[in-house]
Amino acid sequence: MPTPLSQVPLLQPVVLQAVGGDRSVRRRLMELGLVPGITLCVRKVAPMGDPLELGVRGGSLSIRRLEAEQLLVELAGGRS
Amino acid sequence: MSLPLIAILGNPNVGKTALFNRLTGQNARVGNYPGVTVDRRSGTVKLPAAEKGAAPVLAELIDIPGTYSLAARSAEEQIALSALLGLDGNPRPALVLIVLDATQLVRNLYLAAQVMELGLPAVLVLNLIDEAGDDPPDPRALTALFGLPCVATSAASGFGLPRLREALREALSAPPAPRLRFAYPPALEADLAALEPQLPAAWAAGSPRGLALWALSSLGGDDELHHVDPGLRAATLVRQQAAEAAGRDLDAEIITTRYAFLDAQAAALSRPPPPRTASERLDRALLHPVFGFAAFLGVMLVVFQALFSWSDPAIGLIEAGVGLVGEAAAGALPAGLLTDLLVEGVIGGVGNVIVFLPQILLLFFFIGLLEDSGYMARAAYLMDRIMRALGLHGRAFVPMLSGFACAVPAIMATRTMERQRDRLLTMMVVPLMTCSARLPVYTLLIGALFPPDQLFGLLPIQGLLMVGMYLFSVVVALAAAGVLGKTLLKGPRVPLILELPPYRMPTLQSLLRLMWERSRLFLTEAGTVILACTVLMWGLLTFPRTEPPEDLDQRPVAEQQAFAAQALEASYAGQVGKAIEPVIAPLGFDWKIGVGMIGAFAAREVFVSTMGLVYGVGADVDEESSSLRDRIRADLRQDGRPTYTPLTGLSLMVFFALAAQCMSTLAIVKRETRGWRWPAFLFVYMTGLAWVASLLVYQTGRLLGLDG
Repeated sequence: MPTPLSQVPLLQPVVLQAVGGDRSVRRRLMELGLVPGITLCVRKVAPMGDPLELGVRGGSLSIRRLEAEQLLVELAGGRS
Repeated sequence: MSLPLIAILGNPNVGKTALFNRLTGQNARVGNYPGVTVDRRSGTVKLPAAEKGAAPVLAELIDIPGTYSLAARSAEEQIALSALLGLDGNPRPALVLIVLDATQLVRNLYLAAQVMELGLPAVLVLNLIDEAGDDPPDPRALTALFGLPCVATSAASGFGLPRLREALREALSAPPAPRLRFAYPPALEADLAALEPQLPAAWAAGSPRGLALWALSSLGGDDELHHVDPGLRAATLVRQQAAEAAGRDLDAEIITTRYAFLDAQAAALSRPPPPRTASERLDRALLHPVFGFAAFLGVMLVVFQALFSWSDPAIGLIEAGVGLVGEAAAGALPAGLLTDLLVEGVIGGVGNVIVFLPQILLLFFFIGLLEDSGYMARAAYLMDRIMRALGLHGRAFVPMLSGFACAVPAIMATRTMERQRDRLLTMMVVPLMTCSARLPVYTLLIGALFPPDQLFGLLPIQGLLMVGMYLFSVVVALAAAGVLGKTLLKGPRVPLILELPPYRMPTLQSLLRLMWERSRLFLTEAGTVILACTVLMWGLLTFPRTEPPEDLDQRPVAEQQAFAAQALEASYAGQVGKAIEPVIAPLGFDWKIGVGMIGAFAAREVFVSTMGLVYGVGADVDEESSSLRDRIRADLRQDGRPTYTPLTGLSLMVFFALAAQCMSTLAIVKRETRGWRWPAFLFVYMTGLAWVASLLVYQTGRLLGLDG
């Protein structure tokens, strides 16, 4: 079952399945390299619970929880 | 003869500005892109000749704002394409210098690939090569892949710069053509083939394929792009709708094809960069829930302290210096109108301009330090949650805080936000913060009208009022941000996309450069408006002139002061004060206060000296002067009631808290927004708000019987 990235535990590697949201947000996220098939993880959560810092493509990128809810992922390596 | 133009393009945080500074040296200029308020930095770059002894080749370098993609949705994002192709009033570059972050190669190549798809001659730079570890990407491999020259550099240390200059010179004489063709799905290729004939002739600088891709990615029902050919727009929408009906996802087709290729190719080019252990360790402390916020507050306290107190000696020195120059001029020239104009209008006006420099220099020193070190991104990360709840950008924090010192540098600091909407919203609320120029007014009124007693025996009334005025300004500013953000400045929701770059040591050179650039912009653009306004204010307070009696100098001081009060009453400012009396009477103010409010337009603290003039106690008073305080307490209305009661004082303070009576603020907003529309709006909304709030305070107070 695909899970929203916002519900994945810290540092758990996951594979991106689909990017949702309205067109401009979705396009912006994909252009930053968040394309289906990529492996990523949530590296940190800001002290007030938002934004989330992602580890992706060897770099770090912070997005809000609202956008992270639109990123559907599956655990890396398994189709649980 | 115009020089060949080189456009420099790259993602944010790749050291593009540092590279630009290295290449142009001391001769950069800051201008504006046509039609939008975005800095356009340009400068001349010297490229050594191939043979020894020959004259160097000169070229003009322009800095395109950092971006992750050429696909655009707003006029600001459209700048990149317009600047690359020479559209919409931009000159057309001969060459593009694409700056890549060697530690983030694939994502950076995504932008570079779009330039290559447009078929533009380009040179690649692998910057930050010193951070890419022991096995960094090889520039020769990139050249082999894309057919473009590639140089590895470190803009911070200067490594690779001589090779880059050579590569640029060679590319100018023999433009290198990029070699890249993504294999898009057949349906998308058909879309491109259908759109290519629809491209306008004005776009001939780019390849039809690249432009058709740009149109498919950028145009849409809700884009805010300008100067797009209507035929192309219509044709694009038709293809987009057909694709949607067929269940296709155009954006994903384009983006995933590009990334699939780049991922496959670049895997061989780049190793994962070494872990940023030092930055990680620092972040553990600086982003910590407790320590991180404490550190943030500490940093902000230092910035505030610098603006509020450290700038004081320099400001005092400038004021004293301007005073001395004025006195010297007055002494050397025959007394008369022209001397008055020179001393009070021109010299005073120059003083009114340069008095802002200490705060501007200090603020941009700190902004440069916070930006270049990487801390500003962390501050935005920490504060995003709070600031978003208030409808403000995470980076609006520094301008809002600076507003407690002075709105002028604070409004200049809104440049750290990328989007016009965020900048405007911040600019519209920053002038509500309790700036230091309001303090003398509050001090005078509180000292004159409120008892130095203590509430319940421990809370000083005067101190409480001062704290109350600060809180009032914060609450009003945040409420105004909420209302404006949901109405006039409502925009499409924009996702936060924040990179936390590794911490880096800022260089003194780039800090000095930023301070110099900002100060120069202020002096040349806002300074002239402030100077003109000072001269105008002088005219209002001087004309029509009351001829002084011959021997005024010999008369007693009291008589001289009485004459000054008379002359002021007869002046245009006095007449305007009387004319607006019916408007301000419901707020509890008489025409004399009206004159003071007009004088305060030069700067709020001028209210104090104007009131000194009005009441005939001389203009040399300050907010602590007992002569002025006594005179204020003693002033009577025509019906014999005192002019000032605590209620009038409170009403007047509320008015000063909210009204946009500061010409320098309006001048800097005019400069930052390129027109009179926003300063006019700022003046009307703040002053309207002030009138209504003072009316409420005064009339409610009267109903409660507090006006006694």
